[in-house]
Amino acid sequence: MTIATDHRSTPEPAGGTARPSIASYIYQRETREIIFQVVLVVAIVAFFYMIISNAAANLRARNIASGFGFLKNVAGFDISQTWIEYSNVASYGRAFMVGLWNTVILSAIGIVATTILGFTIGIARLSSNWLIAKLAAVYVEIVRNCPLLLQMFLWYFAVLKQLPEPLSRVDGVVKSTSYALPGGALLNTRGLFVPKPEWLPGAGYVLLALIAAIVGVIVLARWAKARQLATGQPFPVMWTALALVVGLPLIVYLLLGRPLQFEYPVLGRFNLSGGMVMLPEFVAVLLGLVFYTASYIAEIVRAGIVGVSKGQKEAAMAMGLSKGQTLRLVVVPQAMRIIIPPLTSNYLNLTKNSSLGGAIGYPDMTQVAGTINNQTGQAIESILMLMAVYLTISLLTSGFMNWFNKRMALVER
Amino acid sequence: MVDVTLAPTMRRPEKIYSAKATTDTRLLVLAPVAMVLTELVLGWLRGAYLTPGATTDGAVRSMFSYDATSLITLGTVLAFFVGHLAPVNWLRDNLFSSVGNAVMTLFGLILIYGMLSGLFGFSVSHATWTGDNGEACRPNSGACWPMVHAKFAQFMYGRYPDGERWRVNLTYFLAAIGLVPLMIPRVPYKLQNAIFVFGVFPIIAFFLLVGGVPGLPHVATEYWGGLLVTLVVASVGITASFPLGIMLALGRRSRMPLVRWASVTFIEFVRGVPLITVLFMASVMLPLFLPPGWNIDKLLRALVGVALFAAAYMAETIRGGLQAIPRGQFEAADAIGLNYRQKMSMIVLPQALKLVIPGIVNTFIGLFKDTSLVLIIGLFDLLGIVQQNNTDQKWLAPTNAMTGYLFAGFIFWIFCFGMSRYSAFVERNLSSNEKR
Repeated sequence: MTIATDHRSTPEPAGGTARPSIASYIYQRETREIIFQVVLVVAIVAFFYMIISNAAANLRARNIASGFGFLKNVAGFDISQTWIEYSNVASYGRAFMVGLWNTVILSAIGIVATTILGFTIGIARLSSNWLIAKLAAVYVEIVRNCPLLLQMFLWYFAVLKQLPEPLSRVDGVVKSTSYALPGGALLNTRGLFVPKPEWLPGAGYVLLALIAAIVGVIVLARWAKARQLATGQPFPVMWTALALVVGLPLIVYLLLGRPLQFEYPVLGRFNLSGGMVMLPEFVAVLLGLVFYTASYIAEIVRAGIVGVSKGQKEAAMAMGLSKGQTLRLVVVPQAMRIIIPPLTSNYLNLTKNSSLGGAIGYPDMTQVAGTINNQTGQAIESILMLMAVYLTISLLTSGFMNWFNKRMALVER
Repeated sequence: MVDVTLAPTMRRPEKIYSAKATTDTRLLVLAPVAMVLTELVLGWLRGAYLTPGATTDGAVRSMFSYDATSLITLGTVLAFFVGHLAPVNWLRDNLFSSVGNAVMTLFGLILIYGMLSGLFGFSVSHATWTGDNGEACRPNSGACWPMVHAKFAQFMYGRYPDGERWRVNLTYFLAAIGLVPLMIPRVPYKLQNAIFVFGVFPIIAFFLLVGGVPGLPHVATEYWGGLLVTLVVASVGITASFPLGIMLALGRRSRMPLVRWASVTFIEFVRGVPLITVLFMASVMLPLFLPPGWNIDKLLRALVGVALFAAAYMAETIRGGLQAIPRGQFEAADAIGLNYRQKMSMIVLPQALKLVIPGIVNTFIGLFKDTSLVLIIGLFDLLGIVQQNNTDQKWLAPTNAMTGYLFAGFIFWIFCFGMSRYSAFVERNLSSNEKR
């Protein structure tokens, strides 16, 4: 990028015998660059030396021992949602792991949901239906231009916290006051109660059937492609695949006498019992993240589809592909190449934004680390742990997506 | 599968919406289908599931309510008989071109109906308009507007002393006279204007807001709040992150390996962690890093955190612009003997920055929304004040939270939407200049 010729170097003296003066060295670009970098390194080292020595002095004054030894101490606080075993006599390290799992699971569910919603809205923005396109545009413009934290607060304090209690008692008669949602789920101010799957013996075979069906679909797809290349006869892979993936596990499920059942939440004397409960904090953070990120993904998807050149679609139509085939075989593969890089960064944003959950009491990693910091005063260690985890997630995701992106890009020839 | 417009050329040739009679019998087929579907969806939304304590046997009865049926019947009959009107052709082509499309249109209409009636019901027909405390709002299911009226000054200025609020307004006014001409491309003297906005104005604003000079009593930042804090954090973040971002972007593309590594490390580190952790670091660790005995203002801590965070994002945006500048520009600058500073400030950056104005504005929008996070470290920005207000005993009412968020959300939205419109305008302006 830069030019090798150095216009500043001293011209060769006439006789060719005199040695260049020191000043000419100083004016050389290489020398200046070295001096500048040395100064930079000294400044950075001095900066870190200063803050570390200051921090050490401050910590000494406050009688806080630095180091990660405190992670073995008893945490002593409760966490409202745990995916791994935890009680308030567990250690700080364990508490941090609970927070980490809360972040990871929230982000994973959020990413799946926001992808579905975002793609739907993005495609809807390009719909030939005027009303649907406008509705999607309005959604994007409203949701994208409001702070995420405000949206989470709105879901939590203004919607979920205003829901009715699970039950009311009139003259000793207990009556359900929850909102009944489709599929047997109940929604009230204590959270979202969903049916809990119960795996009876034999459920493994259903899973096995599903895996077998997926393998079958892959084999089928290869065979169909080979046949089409050889004979030109297409095979309805889509429908067969759908039938296989849904049908095979379903048949096994029915043959084995329904090994998977659901335990529904039911009204007890004092509270709802049974089922799985999703805390209102969890639901609010999830709703906020999903709706907010979807507005960005919708724009990315739209840009991706619009970005496929017109000629490609026209060529596909000229070849006699149907509208659906054009979309599936020509537009989507090329659009995905445009979509994936920004999509990745939005998945990362969602993961990072899940740290806002702490503000409404969802015990994610940031909130747990904050509690640990408040109790122990180990500010530097807690924040270092947090940053280490976020950086790892960031680097892993971007590494994976770079790999994926490279694979997609190869299609280009 | 949602129908995607593939390309304008692939559609049917452009229709001319002339006054031609439509004897399209599709409407007659669609109408009953639409009625049943609408009824089912509406009934499902209203009766079957979303009523507290609904039971399955109650749901069946409330499945059909017939008011939607009558509406749609009326609409269809009208549409059919007034079929010779041009707009009907437009409607047919854009909303009812196929059965699937018609179903989607109906779905859209139901959605619009639900949202508008909800919004209207909450903010107008069920709202409370007068009252002195939460008592008046508690029985109603709509917005509690007297609360917003009573708290308006607080939402705007926080606890900034009453008698000194003119200083805040004057600052806004000065910002407006600096910014408006800067934002209109046609107005000349951009350089002088920019010097005023980014060089002179911040100094005036600092003394106006903080005070401590004769005639302007000192107002500690702990009294600041509401929109004032939001705007201060956002504008300081924007002003500081811009030069920092340019430096980091240039650093990332430098020939000097150590400069490059330092920039890359900083940018990737900051972009890899959430803003909250950066703010936590600024609020918890910054005091630790200062020599013992030193104290640093809480607002200043947040400003440092926000500025550093935004700088990393700004750097990446600007880097995109730098990469888009053709190599010949750099070489030409070298060839006429410009040094690095001259080359960058006179040749490369003016072109690169112009290219990425939309990206820069998007970074600003993100920063503006992110200012709401400062409430987590105990500052009361607009959202923070609204949030704090939820627990005010005097105005306790179930709809207060929603009212406050709608109000705050609307203000945030105006700023962000305005900025995004401006960015689109600049983009159009630039591309039309390119074409010429």
